[in-house]
Amino acid sequence: MSTSIIDPKNLVYAKPVLMNETQMHYCPGCSHGVVHKLVAEVIDEMGLKEITIGIAPVGCAVFAYDYLDIDWQEAAHGRAPALATAVKRLNPDKMVFTYQGDGDLAAIGTAETIHAANRGENIAIIFINNGIYGMTGGQMAPTTLMNMKTSTTPNGRDTHENGYPLKITDLLAQLPGVCLATRHSVHTAGAVKKAKRMIAKAFQNSLDGKGTSIVEIVSTCSAGWKMSPAGANDWMVENMFPVYPMGDIKNI
Amino acid sequence: MAKVKGTVVVDVERCKGCDLCVVSCPCDVLELQAREVNEKGYHYVFMKNEDACIGCANCGYVCPDGCLTVYRQKG
Repeated sequence: MSTSIIDPKNLVYAKPVLMNETQMHYCPGCSHGVVHKLVAEVIDEMGLKEITIGIAPVGCAVFAYDYLDIDWQEAAHGRAPALATAVKRLNPDKMVFTYQGDGDLAAIGTAETIHAANRGENIAIIFINNGIYGMTGGQMAPTTLMNMKTSTTPNGRDTHENGYPLKITDLLAQLPGVCLATRHSVHTAGAVKKAKRMIAKAFQNSLDGKGTSIVEIVSTCSAGWKMSPAGANDWMVENMFPVYPMGDIKNI
Repeated sequence: MAKVKGTVVVDVERCKGCDLCVVSCPCDVLELQAREVNEKGYHYVFMKNEDACIGCANCGYVCPDGCLTVYRQKG
């Protein structure tokens, strides 16, 4: 049975053509891999391979340029929107996007992110929010949930001492330069399809010169959260979604 | 009713045994190897219950490492 089914005409799903054979360094079950696939699929389906320039961040996704066969630039920590500004202004016909984590975008890069969005730069920002610094060992990030245990808040995040989770996508949605601010996840097949549609919209906005688009992907960090990948997905649905609700915050 | 049949081809060396495809499968087709490992030492996924696969590709969508190729055929 199986051998006759394996035929190109019956193919329904395969690794995106723009994702190369290099094995990704991410931990098992990391959401980064799924979002990398979505970016690769969208660029391929929209025919943007030759006109796309991605800006890789510092953080777990620092080697993104090794995995997707498109043009990339590597930014200093948090400065991806500033670099993307330069790239897009010098190459207005290119589709420019940044790929950033929450430690990169919402902590050290807050100023660059807010000012790029406030200038309405025609870039797309893919923002991976797992509420933690994954690469450096699971320290508290601005996006860490209240009472969430991390390696630097072993008794849980205390709001008196550490403040509140930073909803940066909600903040950015207030700016007139932003045309799309939306929040999604990639924990089920349905969620993956929705996230893919919004990434495509963000890329189209960059081409159309409509302003800055932010697509936040609420993600898991099973290693940093010290859970199994499937357990981390359940924990995310239960704890992250009430604080970071899914859906469009702004879409014009 | 014509049954839709599917199958999943696993890139064993890319698989990290994260179990997300196993959880996402609505037909209980996939399972991680109990003893066998790939070159990196991960218990990779395999089709435990081949006949139950409907080729919905849920496993492919949620796989972070793009190691699953899904085929579907009617009848």
